[in-house]
Amino acid sequence: MSNFFEKSDLSRNEAENIISDTLQKCDDGELYLENSKSESILLDDNKIKNSSYSSDLGFGLRAISDEIVAYSHSNEISKNSLKQSSENLKETLKSVKGTYNHSIPKSNKKYYENINPIEQKSLNEKIEILNKVNNYLRSTDSNVKQVTANFLGEQKSIEIIRSGGETLTDVRPLIRFNVSVMLEKNGRKETGVYGVGGRQSYDNYLKEDNWKNVCDEALRIASVNLESKPAPAGEMKVVLGPGWPAILIHEAVGHGLEGDFNRKKTSAFHNLMGQKVASEGVTIVDDGTIDNRRGSLTIDDEGTPTEKTVLIENGILKNFMQDRHNARLMKTRSTGSGRRENYRHIVLPRMRNTMMLNGKHTQEEMIKSVDKGIFAVSFGGGQVDITSGKFVFNCTEAYEIINGKIGSPIKGATLIGDGPSILKEVSMVGNDMMLDPGIGTCGKAGQGVPVGVAQPSILINKITVGGTKL
Amino acid sequence: MIKDQEYLEQKSSFCLDLAKKFGASDASVIVSNSISETVNFRNQKLDESNRSDNLAIGITTYIGKKKSSISSSNLLDDNLKILIKKCVETTKNTPEDEFNSLPDKDLLAKETKNLNLYDDTHIKNDIKIEYLTRLEAEASKEKKIINTESSFTEDKSNFILANSDGFCKGYKTSSFTASSVTVAKDDKSMERDYEYTSKCHLKDIMNAEELGKISSEQTIKKLSPKKIGSDKIPIIFDKRIAKGILSTFASAISSSAISRGTSFLKDKINQKIFSNGLNIFDKPDILKGLGSKSFDSEGVKTETLRLVEDGVLKNYLIDTYNGKKLNLKSNGRCGGTSNLYFDNGKISLKDLLNLNSKCLYITETIGHGSNLVTGDYSVGATGFLIENGEFKFPINEITIAGNFKDMFKNITLANDLEFKYSTNSPTMMIEGMVVAGK
Repeated sequence: MSNFFEKSDLSRNEAENIISDTLQKCDDGELYLENSKSESILLDDNKIKNSSYSSDLGFGLRAISDEIVAYSHSNEISKNSLKQSSENLKETLKSVKGTYNHSIPKSNKKYYENINPIEQKSLNEKIEILNKVNNYLRSTDSNVKQVTANFLGEQKSIEIIRSGGETLTDVRPLIRFNVSVMLEKNGRKETGVYGVGGRQSYDNYLKEDNWKNVCDEALRIASVNLESKPAPAGEMKVVLGPGWPAILIHEAVGHGLEGDFNRKKTSAFHNLMGQKVASEGVTIVDDGTIDNRRGSLTIDDEGTPTEKTVLIENGILKNFMQDRHNARLMKTRSTGSGRRENYRHIVLPRMRNTMMLNGKHTQEEMIKSVDKGIFAVSFGGGQVDITSGKFVFNCTEAYEIINGKIGSPIKGATLIGDGPSILKEVSMVGNDMMLDPGIGTCGKAGQGVPVGVAQPSILINKITVGGTKL
Repeated sequence: MIKDQEYLEQKSSFCLDLAKKFGASDASVIVSNSISETVNFRNQKLDESNRSDNLAIGITTYIGKKKSSISSSNLLDDNLKILIKKCVETTKNTPEDEFNSLPDKDLLAKETKNLNLYDDTHIKNDIKIEYLTRLEAEASKEKKIINTESSFTEDKSNFILANSDGFCKGYKTSSFTASSVTVAKDDKSMERDYEYTSKCHLKDIMNAEELGKISSEQTIKKLSPKKIGSDKIPIIFDKRIAKGILSTFASAISSSAISRGTSFLKDKINQKIFSNGLNIFDKPDILKGLGSKSFDSEGVKTETLRLVEDGVLKNYLIDTYNGKKLNLKSNGRCGGTSNLYFDNGKISLKDLLNLNSKCLYITETIGHGSNLVTGDYSVGATGFLIENGEFKFPINEITIAGNFKDMFKNITLANDLEFKYSTNSPTMMIEGMVVAGK
């Protein structure tokens, strides 16, 4: 645990007094302190291109009155700096008369261990693995022209001090291992990317020769793409594979179910609570409580313990994801979804691990039922326009389906659909639910936070495929 | 108050001295401070205020051809000592790379040009609130507008870049940015659009009423969109989208993509890659320019580059490391372009819209559909159908796709270039792309 006041002219006691003084008559708020350490080691073009280490320290002071949020942050944990922030907040909230809301639920559960993954493996060991990755890929396939592999490790310690001195803390490890490979054959170039990660030490992901599996998968995707032909253009049936393709759910409905967009009535879902928004058999949850997952959190960034929130149950909209601010204004409770990238940012309601649960069909049944369509196995990234509900995502591995059989691979194409209606187009839900490998980062309002997704295979009746073949 | 030059210089020389003391043969350091104050409005009321005070330091140490770096926001001397020691230790354990080095001394900037990038004006939140009140009053006038959000940010930054070859320079910059986002609704649809203005000097920003009005008009125009059928049809990119295509071009000619062989423009130097008559410039010394700079992020002087001349690729964007690898000298583009733009085309916007009896006018794209290795491009899009030069109806839920190699050779530009962003393009038409819809 970090002691944030150790080398500061500001004592814990003085900090508590400034917080209580600033937040008097406010509805909510807190001092958020953060100390993070991160490393990045990158192999590229046959060489260790970069080894870097970063340490970041700072605080954010927040005061909320009715609908108004005032925030101020700084790197300097000092008496002067905290006082200046306090003055800045008071200037915004000139005439406040709220009642401070003290209740934060308590829980003793923890979803990851208090470790520093950076220190658990020496630099030389990490460099050695990256070199092995490079040699392995280049010796496995003579078409390999470029290999990039990297380790990212992080340990983030946070402390939340609320009015009256209530204190909540968390230490969060996070690692990621990523491999990207480019092949060249007959003048054509294609890439394949794969990665793994989560809130455990590197060894949990690299033990034995696990790193080889990551290499093999990147190589397989690149090889498939070397044989790909132009993707079709137009509306058609799409079978999504299990696991990572669940970013469709994240983009298409996840963002639209975040509390802020619904309080502000800018989400296409804001007036659909209790109504049917998906086909029968579709159940979607957002779960922060799965051990060691990338999107899991013991407490959120406001101190609320995370939970498994049911968003859609058997097609019916049940809950939005809430932080304290939006929950209070919508007269409901926080779902432990208040998150921020770091102390430089305000809290927003965000997703954790967003998952569609199992149905009863097999992937084989789905593919058999399609006369003309595509089978999408892996995606790059996605994006959504909350207001119009339109979302996109980019295929990185996909095949055509003709007369119930998987055909040739097709080139990367963007798929576009309508969020509020897409889940009603789901006609089969598979029985093969898988979690993604632990690589997702979600962006919202300029803030990136680690997230997870999961789903079984699903069949969508109609979605527009953005290829070039008419 | 933002930290002054003296404070930043003192920190940078402290770091360089320590790096040498701990055993580095060379070192470079960047120390920066930025203070930003934002006020957000929603539905004509104060919604949020945000003050941000950021200190940052980044240090790279070399031992011969070995290199490593650290960064931190904690500038206390004790912390810096620990970090620099760690950095030098890591450097020792990092393998050599023959291309690692500080920039050539004779390429370093000799002076910091006065480009008028700093406006000392500090405005209180009350003034920002007054601006946003006027903006939102105008933006909310139309009944169909059901939600307005707007923000005003004042930003001040200062930095010092220094290295062990004696380079030590930096300067202050400022920006004032206002934006308006509006949501409109009718019985069939709900749509959102935006407008923003960003300038180095306060007096140059767009007035509040105009900003609110443009945002509201653009949003209402998008209501009740239709989906069209799949087709091959000329596509016109609004300036705010056309600049993105120029940015993709810039990424594809970065010396890192070229030296790694991962760009679709590798080996295309001195070849025709764009339509005849097309010129692309990167000009770092525009007064008050949003992308203007006296030197790049390694301290190398920057001069105007003619990247494309009459459709022919003339220069890559080169930094020290990748330059050495390609056997080329850095042209001061570590960290990317400065003020990048397409020269004006020969015809007016009106004539461009009339060139074809039917075309699509794209105002927004979503998704990350640019593949720099293959040049393949496929994104979601929103816009309008244009017939005989007239806007017919709004369109959404379509994708547009093509390959940059073909797209670049089929560009026609209007003559309406303006310097609104750091990367700018006139309105752009590309023929031969495929639209996927119904």
